[in-house]
Amino acid sequence: MSIREIRLSTTPTPEEIAALRLGDIVYLDGLIYTAREGVYMRALEEQANIPMELPAESAANFHCSPAARINGDGSFDMGAVTATASFRFAKWLPEWMEKTGAKLIIGKGGMTSKDYKEYFVPNGAVYLSTVGYGTGALLGRGVEKVEAVHWNEELGLAQAMWVIRCNRMGPFIVASDLNGDCLFERENAKIAENIARVYEGTKPAVLKRYGESDDRSEEVI
Amino acid sequence: MTQIPLSLIQRTAEDLMAKAAIDIPEDYLDGLKRAADTEEGDLSSFVLKAMLENYEAAKQDRSAMCGDTGVPRWFVKLGNEARVEGGMVALEAALRRATAKATFDVPLRPNRVHPLWRTDHNNNVGIGAPEIEYGFEPQGDWIDLITVHKGGLFGTDYRMLFPSDGVQGIKRFYLDSLMAFGKRGLACQPAIIGIGLGGSKDICMSLGKRASVLRTVGSRNSDPRIAAMEEEFKELGNSIGMGAMGFVGKNMVIQCNIEVGYCHTGGMPMSVHAFCLSSRRAVARLYPDGRVEHRTDPDWFTDYQRRETVDWDAAKEAAE
Repeated sequence: MSIREIRLSTTPTPEEIAALRLGDIVYLDGLIYTAREGVYMRALEEQANIPMELPAESAANFHCSPAARINGDGSFDMGAVTATASFRFAKWLPEWMEKTGAKLIIGKGGMTSKDYKEYFVPNGAVYLSTVGYGTGALLGRGVEKVEAVHWNEELGLAQAMWVIRCNRMGPFIVASDLNGDCLFERENAKIAENIARVYEGTKPAVLKRYGESDDRSEEVI
Repeated sequence: MTQIPLSLIQRTAEDLMAKAAIDIPEDYLDGLKRAADTEEGDLSSFVLKAMLENYEAAKQDRSAMCGDTGVPRWFVKLGNEARVEGGMVALEAALRRATAKATFDVPLRPNRVHPLWRTDHNNNVGIGAPEIEYGFEPQGDWIDLITVHKGGLFGTDYRMLFPSDGVQGIKRFYLDSLMAFGKRGLACQPAIIGIGLGGSKDICMSLGKRASVLRTVGSRNSDPRIAAMEEEFKELGNSIGMGAMGFVGKNMVIQCNIEVGYCHTGGMPMSVHAFCLSSRRAVARLYPDGRVEHRTDPDWFTDYQRRETVDWDAAKEAAE
């Protein structure tokens, strides 16, 4: 299988999203914003006004907090940019997507196909995974400019809403599509065929734990 | 007795913070290149190539390799004759200052927050942060400063096993940890896997963590039987069929390091740790005359650290 490379706007058309296939490599142009638990809680639970026009300015929500600083004169320096694991944000994402029209959710590890089918597909959205994880320096090269940092005082640097202008930021991997299929689950299924052979001869621990799965084809997220 | 100047300690510590965040250690880089050469899975192969490009970009741009710059911590080793200007309290203050300053200067991500109130001082310093741990060596007037910025969320687990679980039980928990955290690449593999066996529960965790972060790719435990297990476990992990990001592939484990400590006669506690694709560590030895020697091998597990006799000198004489 050859790997396709695609340049995509952070305000993509429905047709552009529909054309994405699992495993495609994507590079992004346009505005992207970071939002994770701090922003979700502030915007959704505390009902604070989101300080951007969404999705007109950006439909790309990055689960990320950059290695960056705010200088004394108010300017910004951004070094490496890397995603954080997204499955922890499933609690807020349906409401967030409905409210902001986000079409590209970008992060680490993806969500389950159940999440994709339940609220990604109905919202016309897909999931892009960062690569590695930890191509932070490469992604940093795609940062043309830090446009703004919102809610830094309220949330701190790591949870603040960073607004980044990207120029060919990437690579990202398409990890869900408009069928709601999940790249990671597809890979898990291929690997699962081999599990029994690898575990052959090993035995369960004599002291058990509550609530554990003994089925290695399952995930822990 | 000459003291190691405090200003030298702080300056060197700041350098180490930047080196750890930016420069991938050679031993890990070589290991990953070998993995990239052998990888056949198309997606995992793409990932490894992107990582190799990323190390180069970080080096050229003097930018952190990964945006999650981990949780900075310190391991300090002192030769028995080493003396620090201002004493050990001054040394701890210097390491805290260097951690805070480098967080702003590099910049690093200010990852450290209060567990309940989520307070973030934006400098990676707080209650118990950075951790500072100590070791000693019988000879020497030097100190080794070692900083490690390990990721903090996935890839680590602990379990109390028992003698009846045996090596097959150890293998199973090892595989379970790789399977659980390898899927979707949560452990950011291929990694240096550290296994702690024995000790008390807390020490078991420390042993495994130190096995992953304080030993290099290519190192071997000094006990030949444990060294053979390390090799066997590496192969076992790589036979799962899972590669980078949990994609189909054959490189999950770049190196497997096992460290042991004596434990309760009824138990066999075990911990597993994964030191990720950005294996951030940097080391320097500081001498009282102001010399600083940088390196990337912590060289932590000396014969002295693994001693099992009552008296060190007596054991050494017996060996001679």
